[in-house]
Amino acid sequence: MSKILLHGTEAICEGAIRNGCRAFFGYPITPQNEVPEYMSVKMPQIGGVFVQAESEVAAINMVYGAAGAGIRAMTSSSSPGVSLKQEGISYIACARIPCVIVNIMRAGPGLGGIQPAQGDYFQATKGGGHGDYHLIVLAPSSVQEACDYTYRAFDLADRYRVPAMILADGMIGQLMEPVELPPMRDLKEIPEKDWATSGHYGAARRVLNSLIIQPDELEPHVNEMQRTYEEIYRNERRAVEYCTEDAEIVLTAYGTVARIVKSAVNELRKQGVKAGCVRPITLYPFPDDTYAACAARPNTKAFLSVELSLGQMVEDVKLAVNGKKPVYFYGRTGGNVPEESEIVAAAKKALAQAEAEK
Amino acid sequence: MKVFQKTKMLTDAHLHYCPGCTHGIVHRLVAESIEELGLQEKSIGIAPVGCAVFAYDYFNCDMQEAAHGRAPAVATGIKRCLPDRLVFVYQGDGDLASIGMAETVHAAARGEKITIIFINNSIYGMTGGQMAPTTLIGQKATTCQNGRDPAVNGYPIRVCELLATLDAPYYIERVSTHDVKHVLAAKKAIKKALQFQAEGRGYTFVEVLVSCPTNWHMRPVDALRFMGEECTKTFPLGVFRDKSEGKQ
Repeated sequence: MSKILLHGTEAICEGAIRNGCRAFFGYPITPQNEVPEYMSVKMPQIGGVFVQAESEVAAINMVYGAAGAGIRAMTSSSSPGVSLKQEGISYIACARIPCVIVNIMRAGPGLGGIQPAQGDYFQATKGGGHGDYHLIVLAPSSVQEACDYTYRAFDLADRYRVPAMILADGMIGQLMEPVELPPMRDLKEIPEKDWATSGHYGAARRVLNSLIIQPDELEPHVNEMQRTYEEIYRNERRAVEYCTEDAEIVLTAYGTVARIVKSAVNELRKQGVKAGCVRPITLYPFPDDTYAACAARPNTKAFLSVELSLGQMVEDVKLAVNGKKPVYFYGRTGGNVPEESEIVAAAKKALAQAEAEK
Repeated sequence: MKVFQKTKMLTDAHLHYCPGCTHGIVHRLVAESIEELGLQEKSIGIAPVGCAVFAYDYFNCDMQEAAHGRAPAVATGIKRCLPDRLVFVYQGDGDLASIGMAETVHAAARGEKITIIFINNSIYGMTGGQMAPTTLIGQKATTCQNGRDPAVNGYPIRVCELLATLDAPYYIERVSTHDVKHVLAAKKAIKKALQFQAEGRGYTFVEVLVSCPTNWHMRPVDALRFMGEECTKTFPLGVFRDKSEGKQ
């Protein structure tokens, strides 16, 4: 199949549409406005629903309604808007309604800035709203992946009845690259949802609810959710390794930064430093097995997490490495993106520090 | 001979409402109306947060329990995707007119083809009697213990009048449950709203005045009298919009 040139946000929309998304609810916020704009044109053309909601809060609750009625539904936003959605996401997680939420991250905290950032890692991977829950979080690093992961997110969400998030930085959202689009999925192929509140037409009535007021009923419900997360952890951890086999320094990054890190690895190798990198695709579940395997190799001397934040993913890297090797951090924030040369320098410094601390 | 029967649109669950509260009456009116219109099997209801939070246990149809104030947004999501279903929302005054005012106004402004049953009892019942956006001037609540003072707490919001400033709503009426005559009129309004929705006509909204003897600290009979004599002064009953009769 031939490739077409697509904007990151358009690729996200196409990934969704091609895997049966037929309802989109959004609200304007930079840098993701192209998602609702694209959906406002496309949805009516394919018999889907588009509503520009009055707020992020309303948008996520429209997703609750639509996805609860059995339709594949999505919303998108950027950092401050995703904070507003957290109430709804917590309810959706507890009511076990599958849906997809896109966060094209911008720099925070507060209103922050509109340039790329990765400061929402904690919010995305640790729950985000109130209570014990998780989302499945996928991090694309190219426009092709923005399409493919959004496509996959709908299947994962449905399979586990867990909301899924596409966590992309503003760079991925605003990039244009050639993309091979997946074929349009036949809606009849999508497994029927025997829990959906779709107007029961004589079947047993169905209820979607997150109020479970008896402790002896809420505890098993939350435990059941936890068992699902454990199943997701066993089945869905994904990461890509590059040159890690003989690496002395293992760099790690996701999204846009992973691309710069890969260039930095090539440059380091050119300069005679045995570098490699790990790029997590799933941020939740975190691919700790990949890091553990790298940490177990005798040649690995140190890890370096490179992020557009002041050190968030690095905590999960440390948990995964579990003290076997030192883990260092290099980050930029405020909307600034590190140069390849900065990462090369940070990697050399980390390696030297690891040698010195031995 | 016709014998009175409980409507099939209500489950057999025991209602949790306080003695003397007229929520139960409104549940029955909504349920009977849906059954009489033959729409039970295509109904999807949205429960609020507040006294009616357990409504998903009572209405015998598919139900979604929404976050506080968000029911009209949830209903929008369902109705837009499944336009041939009957989607009804049941909300109290704190839920609808305070935390959910944005969702309320915008669902109405968009003309969502849903039916909103708005329970106005002038108080936060479930949380123990705090001031509501609809608490009357001078009415006591746990967060305005000397009575609502306009200088401090502002004035009650008249939601029907507010929504009637919008172009899209098809039908807006305020009714009461303080005596049998008004309960029958309330049933008529609720059934009309649901019927209009079933016919695809547009956004329909029925505000129902309900008593709260527990948090008003009144005997049930006194609470009903208070509704008829006082609540209806601040919240006059009537039709604010009925496009079927050309009332704009």
